[in-house]
Amino acid sequence: MSVPVLEIQGVTKAFDGKPVLQGIDLKVEEHTAVVMIGASGSGKSSLLRCINLLVDIDDGDILLDGEVVTDPAVDPQRVRRSLAMVFQHFNLFPHMRVLDQITLAPVKAHGIPKDEAVEEARALLARFGLADRERDYPDQLSGGQQQRVALIRAIATRPRALLRDEITSALDPELVGEVLEVVRELKVGGMTMLIATHEMAFARDVADEVCFLHQGRVVERGTGRQMIESPQEPETQKFLARMLATRAV
Amino acid sequence: MSAEPISRREIRAAARKRSDRQNMLIAALSTIIVIGGGILLVTTRQGWPVVQETFFSVDAFRMSFPDILRGFWIDVKLFLVVEVLVLIFSLLVAVLRSTRAPALYPFRLISAVSTDLFRGIPTILVVYLIGFGIPALALPGVPNDPIILAAIALTISYTAYVSEVFRAGIDSVHPGQRGAALAVGLSRAQAMRFVILPQAVRNVIPPLLNDFISLQKDVALVSVLGIVEAFRVAQIEAASTFNYTPLLAAASLYVIVTVPLSLFLDRMQKRDRGRRRLEEARR
Repeated sequence: MSVPVLEIQGVTKAFDGKPVLQGIDLKVEEHTAVVMIGASGSGKSSLLRCINLLVDIDDGDILLDGEVVTDPAVDPQRVRRSLAMVFQHFNLFPHMRVLDQITLAPVKAHGIPKDEAVEEARALLARFGLADRERDYPDQLSGGQQQRVALIRAIATRPRALLRDEITSALDPELVGEVLEVVRELKVGGMTMLIATHEMAFARDVADEVCFLHQGRVVERGTGRQMIESPQEPETQKFLARMLATRAV
Repeated sequence: MSAEPISRREIRAAARKRSDRQNMLIAALSTIIVIGGGILLVTTRQGWPVVQETFFSVDAFRMSFPDILRGFWIDVKLFLVVEVLVLIFSLLVAVLRSTRAPALYPFRLISAVSTDLFRGIPTILVVYLIGFGIPALALPGVPNDPIILAAIALTISYTAYVSEVFRAGIDSVHPGQRGAALAVGLSRAQAMRFVILPQAVRNVIPPLLNDFISLQKDVALVSVLGIVEAFRVAQIEAASTFNYTPLLAAASLYVIVTVPLSLFLDRMQKRDRGRRRLEEARR
């Protein structure tokens, strides 16, 4: 078996003495999507921020293509250049037009010639139905459009893996469909993804593996169908019952 | 008048129009009574002719104005030069203070201490200290020209204020912006240059303009060094004629520059508020 793109080994992290991650083990194989579910505060977002080296971990290791990236000697900028992240609130740059915001990193951080970066960005915009939006500012876009721009900005750097932190509050139903569609499309394109989400439909339909996080640990893991339809652990069952009671899958 | 029933919409519009007209009438009347009454009250006092002669003398104005205007040109030039220097240095200090490289620590320390120091010292004291203190050293190669020393003093004093404005601007940018900039692979310096600073500067344009209005007035402080700018000219004229009209003439020149700046600032803040409301409505 080949080396997984991402491997998390016994990662722990505490903020101000409060444990957030308590020994997480996780693997994301190439061209697969691993989805993390769990209540707010279960550690999903924190783990994503740790993988991107935006937050230092306390113990354990994170490997990218077999290389330990949490070694203090590793240059975080180099690691971040081969990873991409979509934030919960998108964190688009409000002062930049859509096209500039997408080409910023390819040009400045990856040294791709401007023309080439623009051409590629336009192709991505067209692919995600935003061809006529390249001169808009983020506040001129709808929520769904902002989300797609955030995604394009992330994948424009051709990352080895895409980290997605889905918004924790309920997305409007139209948006859920849109996000699902986009992620399916990325999977077809062979993208490797680690996704934190609250949308169970999402977990069931696109995930190669679903991990249930509870208090900073992976309590249960399995295929999407198995996890959503017949969870084994009582914590998973409780969580799913709560989720399914409040929203339709 | 047509006999057919009028729509609710028309009734409301008519009522609104009536009330608008009434409000305008009341405002106009009130203004005439208060301001007109005030003018009448002041100008009919016994002492009014003396006041008029001392502060609003047409002759004294005509005599002194050309010299004051020439002096004011020095104020304007000084303002423009100091303004640019302050922008450059304060931005530098603000960015420096937000860095984390250990090698830059002494610079961070120096800028932090000097900012706190010079914000605490009255500008007039700094002008005096540098304007008279430095020539007293009689060091070779050090400028003795009072205008240059005045510009240095004002730059030091205002850099302390304005760098804090920029720093507040940098702090006002949401930390998620920095995270996003780093996440796409930019270096810390690039994140600052392309993502944080442009937003920071935009956020602090109103307080920046406010400080510039202050600076535009404070250039008059350099008169203590014997520089013959507008205020100094007016002071000399007033002292020799015992007429204070030249001072008012000088005052009006400062106002002519600062009022448009303030109006511009007001308009910008209003637009900014409107935009923020729009953004919030979208959320």
